Amino acid sequence: MAVSPVEQFKIVPWIPIKVGGVDVSFTNSAFFMVVAALIVGLILTLSVRRRAMVPGRWQSVAELMYEGTANMIRDAVGSEGRRYFPFIFTLFMFLLFGNLIGLVPYTFTFTSHIIVTVALALVVFIGVTIIGFARHGFGYLHLFLPEGTPIVAAPLLIVIEILSYFSRPFSLAMRLAINMLVGHVLLQLLASFVVALGVIGIVPIGFMGAIFLLELLVAILQAYVFTILSCIYLNDAIHMH
Amino acid sequence: MADESMNPEPRDEGSLSDLDARIRAARERGARTEGTGGGGGPGSGLGLGMRIGVEMVSALGVGLAIGWGLDRWLGTKPWLMVLFFFLGSAAGILNAYRAATGMDDSVGFGAASRRRDKRER
Repeated sequence: MAVSPVEQFKIVPWIPIKVGGVDVSFTNSAFFMVVAALIVGLILTLSVRRRAMVPGRWQSVAELMYEGTANMIRDAVGSEGRRYFPFIFTLFMFLLFGNLIGLVPYTFTFTSHIIVTVALALVVFIGVTIIGFARHGFGYLHLFLPEGTPIVAAPLLIVIEILSYFSRPFSLAMRLAINMLVGHVLLQLLASFVVALGVIGIVPIGFMGAIFLLELLVAILQAYVFTILSCIYLNDAIHMH
Repeated sequence: MADESMNPEPRDEGSLSDLDARIRAARERGARTEGTGGGGGPGSGLGLGMRIGVEMVSALGVGLAIGWGLDRWLGTKPWLMVLFFFLGSAAGILNAYRAATGMDDSVGFGAASRRRDKRER
């Protein structure tokens, strides 16, 4: 009966595939990524199929998410960020549905795996760095030396600033993965109390209901936080001055 | 309108004089070239605490990883790792300080403090 609370994060290869000694099996994690991408695609294409002037329920949902992301980019990056909208919107929807699907029982939360979030964060990080260098050339390196720094302190400060810069994708990824991990472990622990306590188990069930609502909020919030931070980094690269 | 029955409360703020002002406001929002930088973000204490912890740990981890990699490359085990442990800690504390003071929207203090001045003005 004592199910390990971290059992749910185990990656199980469903279709084992090996390419040149590298394990590229189709796992449960990969399956739910595909599911998330399909759900996003289906919701967005089906809901706007009618293209009504007065939007129906589904169209309203799609418009809400679209406009929410557009406003987020405009507020954080400005009008020049508009051309990065497709990427940011894709990122947001993928993470949002990845987090939300994880809350459905018997599913797998791929966003709770740090390797997934690190990969996404590194895409943002490398992309932003390339954009920064493309727009400002080597002037982008001024980022690492704040104005008015005494020249004696410069070598130390530059190293620290570079470390701080390189830590950004990892803190971004860790924040999302840890939030997802903690919530699911907590739910699993409470669920194991329900069985152990018998009749009094009604108490942890109540807690679980409350925490589930909290997790719903966290799932949406963390997808939002990841996206807004990507926008902020983008703003940094576009408007250095 | 045919859909009037489905819409229980027709929005009367949509009168024409008002519409003009709203269009202008929306245009202004769209025309802004530079973002404010910060999205504000969730301001709960738990969120901030978690954030600071993550910032410190990740900077330290990156520092250690870089030190370890350089050591392997240059064969100077373990000195660069020790050095980068301290540099990573410094970067972590810097990150935490920035997160706590709300200056974390860019690398380096220059742009962040300028943006904050602009916001406060």
